[in-house]
Amino acid sequence: MVMKDECVIKTEHLSKEYRLGVIGSGTLRRDLQSWYARKMGKEDPNRKIGDKLYTKYDTFLALDDINIEINHGERVGIIGANGAGKSTFLKLLSRVTSPTYGEFSFRGRIASMLEVGTGFNGELTGRENIYLNGAILGMSKAEIDIKIDSIIKFSECERFIDTPVKRYSSGMFVKLAFAVAAHLDSEIMIMDEILAVGDMQFQNKCLNKMRELALNENRTILYVSHNMNTIRELCNRCIVFSQGKVVFDGDVEEAIKIYLGGEQGDFVNMQFPRDYSKRLPSDRQDIYLNSAAYIGKTDNIFYDDEKLELTLKWQAVKNVRNLCLRIEISDYRRTPVTAFVIEDFCSCTAEKTYKQTFSIDISQLASGGYYTRYVFYNQEEENYPFQTVENVAGLTIRKRKTDKNKNKWQKKWGSVIMNDIELLNNDEFTE
Amino acid sequence: MQNDDITSVSSKRGFLSLNLREIWKYRDLIKLFVQRDFKNTYKQTVLGPLWIVIKPFLSTFVFTVVFGLIANISTDGMPQFVFYMAGNILWSFFSGCLNSASSTFISNARMFSKVYFPRLAVPVSKIIYNGINFLIQFAMFVALVVFYTIKGSNVHPNMIVLLTPILLVMSAVLGSGCGLIISSMTTKYRDLGVLVSFGVTLWMYITPVVWPVSQVSESFRWIVLINPVAPIVETFRYAFLGSGTFYWQYLLLSFGVTVVIGFFGMVIFNQVEKNFIDMV
Repeated sequence: MVMKDECVIKTEHLSKEYRLGVIGSGTLRRDLQSWYARKMGKEDPNRKIGDKLYTKYDTFLALDDINIEINHGERVGIIGANGAGKSTFLKLLSRVTSPTYGEFSFRGRIASMLEVGTGFNGELTGRENIYLNGAILGMSKAEIDIKIDSIIKFSECERFIDTPVKRYSSGMFVKLAFAVAAHLDSEIMIMDEILAVGDMQFQNKCLNKMRELALNENRTILYVSHNMNTIRELCNRCIVFSQGKVVFDGDVEEAIKIYLGGEQGDFVNMQFPRDYSKRLPSDRQDIYLNSAAYIGKTDNIFYDDEKLELTLKWQAVKNVRNLCLRIEISDYRRTPVTAFVIEDFCSCTAEKTYKQTFSIDISQLASGGYYTRYVFYNQEEENYPFQTVENVAGLTIRKRKTDKNKNKWQKKWGSVIMNDIELLNNDEFTE
Repeated sequence: MQNDDITSVSSKRGFLSLNLREIWKYRDLIKLFVQRDFKNTYKQTVLGPLWIVIKPFLSTFVFTVVFGLIANISTDGMPQFVFYMAGNILWSFFSGCLNSASSTFISNARMFSKVYFPRLAVPVSKIIYNGINFLIQFAMFVALVVFYTIKGSNVHPNMIVLLTPILLVMSAVLGSGCGLIISSMTTKYRDLGVLVSFGVTLWMYITPVVWPVSQVSESFRWIVLINPVAPIVETFRYAFLGSGTFYWQYLLLSFGVTVVIGFFGMVIFNQVEKNFIDMV
């Protein structure tokens, strides 16, 4: 394969095919039995009734004809929904499995941080494991000798470094494991954000280390994350995978838009059947939400200059006075962001169905994808909610208004848009 | 450290694309695997590495009592203890290589599914591990032979001793080759794993480990000796103890079989290696 000088990874028609169904039964006896039965034209005794009969032509392309060139020094974000082919792609690049069709080449070494602590052995001490794990990841003993002190320091396990790791707490274990991975110095790094592990403080340290590795000039980075903020911050190119194909390759902002808009579902009018099993045990069964719909929308994408209008339909089981509603918003990690509240908007009579439209100002939510949750409650009685509905239509908010200062990313930070900082006085400073 | 080597991976992979240079590059890893195996085996044991010495002594002792004193099987007039020890240490080297190579894929599935390194590093490290064990036991064995020679027993080491390195390489390649073939099959058929430990024990009894070939009548000897391990064990014993039988032709046959099995082991391993992670 011909590679240009600046090119470090090149794939050509890279595809990975998986066979559907069960690959053999795992024991020789059964496979022979099945083979004999098929040969004699009888029914396979080991096939479960109702199983779909897969032939050898039933295959599934986890990756379909991927052609990518990545140049030296590029920091490439890889995004896509679960099952889009991201992991398969990374597995192929890290040579854990091999392609069904096509080929790829790379220049230098690839270090894949797909999992931390691969090959850790409980009986060995922390120090011994650093050497073993480092060697598994492709470092030579001499390289580890140079780095061992800084690895130990980073892991925060100095005191226990000569204790067998089976006596470590799980936190110490992952810290040590991440420390090794973070000190790889291959030309190409594959990083998965899930690897930021440990307590909050150590997670920050991990992310900072990843940033440091990413922004270090001589490296090419493939970064996988579901957090669009870090993708924005770290990457200068972004590839979107969907159903085994590359649907977009290029500008980060553009890619994020395509990705967030791509997760479509039936958001328009969601029906909620009375399903007792799905309710939280703490819920009081006074109110049932029947349906929720965004008015005048065919999807759940809102632009920042739009108002969100929502119609809810609910049924009262008992008489309820002073009904209140809270719409909780959380980000992609289910971290609460904020809540919209309306209090005392209805008093319901038993066995009647109500319909109400609400207008919600979402201008202060930054662009991104959000989860929503509806909680009905009232103030008079105990603080229990009447009904909580999870997994309702999410929200995707996009930017359409241009910032007056045309600053690109400063205001998109996080989930909430705040007012600009005001200057209080501009007196000249004198001693 | 800038590394400008281009690595290409293609769906079309050679029949036998052995990358010995790569294995050499990972020699530190192999060394660490060997160290890990030693530490793992002897951590939290009272006697530690002394077991390497104790094990063959114990089993040789049992062999001597059961087969020598009770069953009264001939040892061609050699002192029973060294006779059994010779067969015992060589067999445990062979079976050690076979057993550990046969579990390569299954016991390392998790590691193999996450990170790349030349998979052959695992069986190679096992050969080294078993080899070191063997050398320690071998040193004891040589000491015993010297002791018996000085004592004037019926022990006559001879020039065939020079073949020892070849015999060892043959045991390692034959054992690991069989192991690799089995390991490639166990990724699909787990029940073969059960068969291995059982089969190896049976194999030992059809190999002249606890009995000399001379006990078999001339007309049936070929049946015993086409077993590729048999000439290796018999030659090893002949070299150090000086009695028994020595057949060039069967040793050559065994050599041929070893080369073939070693080659097929590699080819099959190489084929399974690239995609096995999709199967386990």
